[in-house]
Amino acid sequence: MEDSQKKLAEHSGKSRLEKIGKTISFLCIAFIVFVVLSILYFVASKGIATFTKDGVSLIDFLTGKIWNPGSIGENGKPLTGALPMIAGSFIVTLLAAAVATPFAIGAAIFMTEISPTVGKKILQPVIELLVGIPSVVYGFIGLSVVVPFMRNTFGGSGFGIISAAIVLFVMILPTVTSMSVDTLKSVPRYYREASLALGATRWQTIYKVVLRSATPGLLTAVVFGMARAFGEALAVQMVIGNAALMPTNLITPASTLTSILTMNMGNTVMGTLENNVLWSLALILLVMALFFNILTRWIGKKGAMN
Amino acid sequence: MSKVTIKELNLFYGKFQALHNINLPILKNEITAFIGPSGCGKSTLIKSLNRMNDLVEGCTISGEVKMDDENIYAKECNINLLRKRVGMVFQQPNPFPMSIYDNIAYGPRTHGIKNKQIVDELVEKSLRKAAIWEEVKDDLKKNALSLSGGQQQRICIARALAVDPEVLLMDEPTSALDPISTAKIEELVIGLKKDYTLVIVTHNMQQASRISDKTAFFLNGKIIEYDETRKIFTNPKKQETEDYISGRFG
Repeated sequence: MEDSQKKLAEHSGKSRLEKIGKTISFLCIAFIVFVVLSILYFVASKGIATFTKDGVSLIDFLTGKIWNPGSIGENGKPLTGALPMIAGSFIVTLLAAAVATPFAIGAAIFMTEISPTVGKKILQPVIELLVGIPSVVYGFIGLSVVVPFMRNTFGGSGFGIISAAIVLFVMILPTVTSMSVDTLKSVPRYYREASLALGATRWQTIYKVVLRSATPGLLTAVVFGMARAFGEALAVQMVIGNAALMPTNLITPASTLTSILTMNMGNTVMGTLENNVLWSLALILLVMALFFNILTRWIGKKGAMN
Repeated sequence: MSKVTIKELNLFYGKFQALHNINLPILKNEITAFIGPSGCGKSTLIKSLNRMNDLVEGCTISGEVKMDDENIYAKECNINLLRKRVGMVFQQPNPFPMSIYDNIAYGPRTHGIKNKQIVDELVEKSLRKAAIWEEVKDDLKKNALSLSGGQQQRICIARALAVDPEVLLMDEPTSALDPISTAKIEELVIGLKKDYTLVIVTHNMQQASRISDKTAFFLNGKIIEYDETRKIFTNPKKQETEDYISGRFG
C-alpha cells in the first residue's frame, strides 16, 4: 500500500519529459518575443528621438512637404517634411493593389472554378515560382523594360510612380493570386452544389455564392499584397527616381519611405538629426506593418462572425 | 400517373458500373423511397434525376430519364431549367452563409425575379410551406448558419421550394438530425406530397415505412424490388429484401 502511494506521488519519466518539452517550447517563444520587442524598442526610441531630442514637431514631420534634413528652413528648423515619401508610398501601394486585385481574383477563379486541372498542374507551380523571384530581379526588369517604355511613351526620364506601381503590381500579383486560390479552395463544395441544384449557372454560382462567402479571405489576400508593396524597398528604389518631392503626377521622379531609407542610410552619422529622422521613417513603416497586420486579423474575425 | 420514368439507365464512374439497367417509375404526388445498404447506388440514382452527376468527373450515363415526356439527358435539355423543376435537399443542411431571407430569395433571384414584393411573397410562402415561418419570421435578416441543424434543413427545403419545383429530391435529409427535428421534417414531407412529387433516399427503414407510398430496394447498383411500401415491408417477394428489412445485413 505504502509503495503504491509513494509511486503515485513521484514524478514519472513521462511527466518529466512533458515538463522538459514545455520548457523548451516556452524558451523558444520567449526568445522570439524578446527579439521582436527589442526591435520595436530600438526603432521606436531612435525614431522618437527626432521629436524629443532634435525638437522637430510631429506635425511638421508628417505634413511638411520639403525633405532636406541637412538644411535649416525659414522658420529655423531642419527641413524634415516626410509627406512626399508618405504620399509616394501610399500612392504606389494603392495603385499596385488596385491593378493587381482584379487580375489576381480572375486568375484564382480560373484556377479553382473553371479549369482546376490546368490550374493545379501548370499555373500553381508557375505562381509559386513567381513568388520566389527576388525583388532585385523584378527591379532590374523594371529598370530595363518598364522605365524605357515609360520614357518613350510619356517622355521625361521614365522614372516615377507609374513605373514603381507597375513593378509592384507584377511583384504582388502572384502573392495575392495564390492566397486568393487558397481562399476559393476553402469554400465548401456543398455551397456550390446547393447553388447549382437550384438551377443557377456556373457564373451565378461563382459570383453570388463562391466570391461572396470568400470575401473576407480575398480582402485578406489584398491587404497582404498591400503590406508587401508598402514594405518593398529595392525594386521600387530602382525605378521610382528617388526625388523627395511631392508627387504631382505619375510620370516624374518621386520617392517612397523605403526608397529614401535605402538611399540615405549609409550616408548619415549615427545620433545626428539626419540619421534619427530616417529612423522616424522606419517607425512609420513599422506602424504601417502593424496596421496591415491588425487589419487582416480584424477582417478574419469579421468573416468568422458572419 | 408517372411523373418521372427511368428507362434502362446504366451509369459508370470511370470503368466502375454504379447502376445496372434501372427501370423505375416515379409517381406524381407520391413519396418514393430508395432504401438499401451504403454504396448500393441509391444516392447515385437520385443525383441522376437532376443531373448533379454531371459534376462528377468521369461519370457516363446511358439510357433515358423522362420527366413528363421530355428526356432530361437529351442534348437540347436545359440543365438549369431542369434543376429548377427538380429541386434537391442534401444530407448535410447546407444553407448559404447569408441571411435567412437571402437564402430563400437566392433561387428566385437567380431565375430573374427582381420585383421586391414578389420576392417577399415567395420567401414567406416558401418558409410557411417548410413549416419554419413562425420560428424565423421576426429575424429574417439573421444569418442562416446561426440556426439549429433541424431549422437549417427546413431552410434548405424552403430554399428548394422557392423556385417552384415539380419534383423534390431528398438525399438522406434527416441523417444528420436529432429525432425531434427528424419527426418535424417527416411531417413536413408528408404534407408536401399534395403539391409535389417526392423522392427520398434513406438509411432509416422505419422512416421509409412511415412516410413513403412506394419503396425501391437497391443492392449493388440494381433494383431488387419495387412496390407499394406496405407490401415491401410486410410481404416482400425477394429473399434479399426480406433479409435487409429484417436487419440481417446492411
